[in-house]
Amino acid sequence: MSQDVLFQLNGVSKKFVKGKEEISIFDHLDLTIDRGDFIAVMGPSGSGKTTLLNMLGGVDQPSGGEIWFDGSRIDSLGEGALTKWRAHNIGFIFQFYNLMPMLNAARNVELPLLLTRLSKAQRRKNVETALALVGLSDRAKHMPSEMSGGQQQRVAIARAIVSDPKLILCDEPTGDLDRRTADEILEMLQLLNRDHGKTIVMVTHDPAAAKYANHTLHLDKGKFVQRELVA
Amino acid sequence: MSDLYLIYKNMTRKPLRLFLTCFAIFIAFLIFGAVTTLKGALDSGIELSADNRLVVVNRINFTKSLPIAYYQKVSAIDGVRDVTHMNWFGGYYQEPSSQIVAMAVEPESYLRVYDEVVVEPAQREAWLQNRQGALVGEKLAQIYGWKVGDRIPVSSNIFSHKDGGHTWDFVVEGIFTGSNEQYDTRQMVFHYKYFMETQTFGGDWIGWLALTTDDPSLNEQVAKSIDETFANSQNETDTSTEKAFNKAFIEQIGNIGLIIFGVVFMAFFTILVVVGNTMALAIRERTGEIAVLKTLGFSSPRIFRMVLSESMLVALLGGLSGLAAAWFLIEGAKATMARFLPNLIMGQDIILQAIGFMLLLGLVTGLLPAIQALRLNIVTAFNRGV
Repeated sequence: MSQDVLFQLNGVSKKFVKGKEEISIFDHLDLTIDRGDFIAVMGPSGSGKTTLLNMLGGVDQPSGGEIWFDGSRIDSLGEGALTKWRAHNIGFIFQFYNLMPMLNAARNVELPLLLTRLSKAQRRKNVETALALVGLSDRAKHMPSEMSGGQQQRVAIARAIVSDPKLILCDEPTGDLDRRTADEILEMLQLLNRDHGKTIVMVTHDPAAAKYANHTLHLDKGKFVQRELVA
Repeated sequence: MSDLYLIYKNMTRKPLRLFLTCFAIFIAFLIFGAVTTLKGALDSGIELSADNRLVVVNRINFTKSLPIAYYQKVSAIDGVRDVTHMNWFGGYYQEPSSQIVAMAVEPESYLRVYDEVVVEPAQREAWLQNRQGALVGEKLAQIYGWKVGDRIPVSSNIFSHKDGGHTWDFVVEGIFTGSNEQYDTRQMVFHYKYFMETQTFGGDWIGWLALTTDDPSLNEQVAKSIDETFANSQNETDTSTEKAFNKAFIEQIGNIGLIIFGVVFMAFFTILVVVGNTMALAIRERTGEIAVLKTLGFSSPRIFRMVLSESMLVALLGGLSGLAAAWFLIEGAKATMARFLPNLIMGQDIILQAIGFMLLLGLVTGLLPAIQALRLNIVTAFNRGV
């Protein structure tokens, strides 16, 4: 595995049983994600985009094959070890933001830091930095219900980057936003990739969103049908 | 921010629901604290009864008298160490509402049979010598401000004095304490002979006999012998241990234990269902948030602990408030109830028992939601559209 490779999927299969029928999502899927890349995964509904994202994020396990991350195999890790691995290496951004409604913006961003051994002061500093990066320093004390969709997604981005993960996984991050706000969010992701070296994998239906990535992968019926470099 | 802060924010996210849940638990522990303390006060007479003390009453019921001759006859029965006899006076001081536990007794044997009664030797001698003398319990003396040497008029709501009226004059010759703190000193005793000489009903009748046996193992045999001695007489007897007698006396007003068990059980069961349902609903509403926490890297056992801690805290919050309210209620009622229930005290055992029930309530109501949270599969939760 090259030093530039962050993620590698070798012959990964994913099947599940529904009633008496066995459904295959992937069969012998191979994928390599380089460090510092920004990949958009596109494809029709049911093509396996979210399942792929779940496996990259360690929230779902493959039925066969190997998944390597930064030189370590992760598909054979137990639930507890995988949870720890996720906390240290992955940042998640969801379509519907998924902020905790009873916590203000700063507390929401601080959540992943509760899983670290950072001091209270250090945590506060990291939260301030993350919120400043997404341009929401003045909204730290605001509750999610007091913010627009775009602002909430920026809080979610701050939460995803606050613990400095190696990989950020985005599941339709602009799916719930208007065009202008979506562009702001995508520019922010591009900035994180370009200026801060974050590796990003983003699942999207939106071709306009995919243009912000470095590469686009087209998934259909569990197979990559096209990999293209975005101009 | 810490896990405790997250638990607190989850708990307080719907203040009205939290209030109603806590209020239900509050009521349960208010009932538990008050009723258990009341039961304890009623049972205290039973608990303090000596193991080798028997009580002989008329078989018809304990309000019917027995001939004084029984005193000598019972004294002669094998296994009997000491016997005394007592008459209920139905006393009150100044106002009929100010009732006093007052009994006419045979002084010397009374002090032998009730060896918990502690009185200074000089006062004891003075009381034995003065037929009009009364031995007054320390707490009763405190209530009315009586001192040794005071002359006190005590009236009866049952008997009439030969001189007319219902009032007897006594001289306080001694003030007694108990050999243990729980012994009820809100009572007074006086000479049986003085009582018999001055009351209008006439006849040498006694209310009941109290006796000690040589050994508790002889209780059954002695009781049987006494009842056999008076079998087929005009005044058959019913002999039982003092514990059983006191228990039977208390149960005249109903089976307190059963009532308490019923009330507390019903209240607890109802609250358990309500709180359990509320907790399950609260966690169900948070399925998406729990899935997000797990995705971020919060381990399943950690989330399990958080959910369980939340239900524990709700149970403790409502329960401790209810118990505190019960304590204030008891303290407030203490003065009024003192004459009837001198040992109306919420003891440490009741408090610990209540805290145990609170933790159990929190555990039972939180366990199912906590297990649901523990087992929650992230993919399934997100597929549900949460």
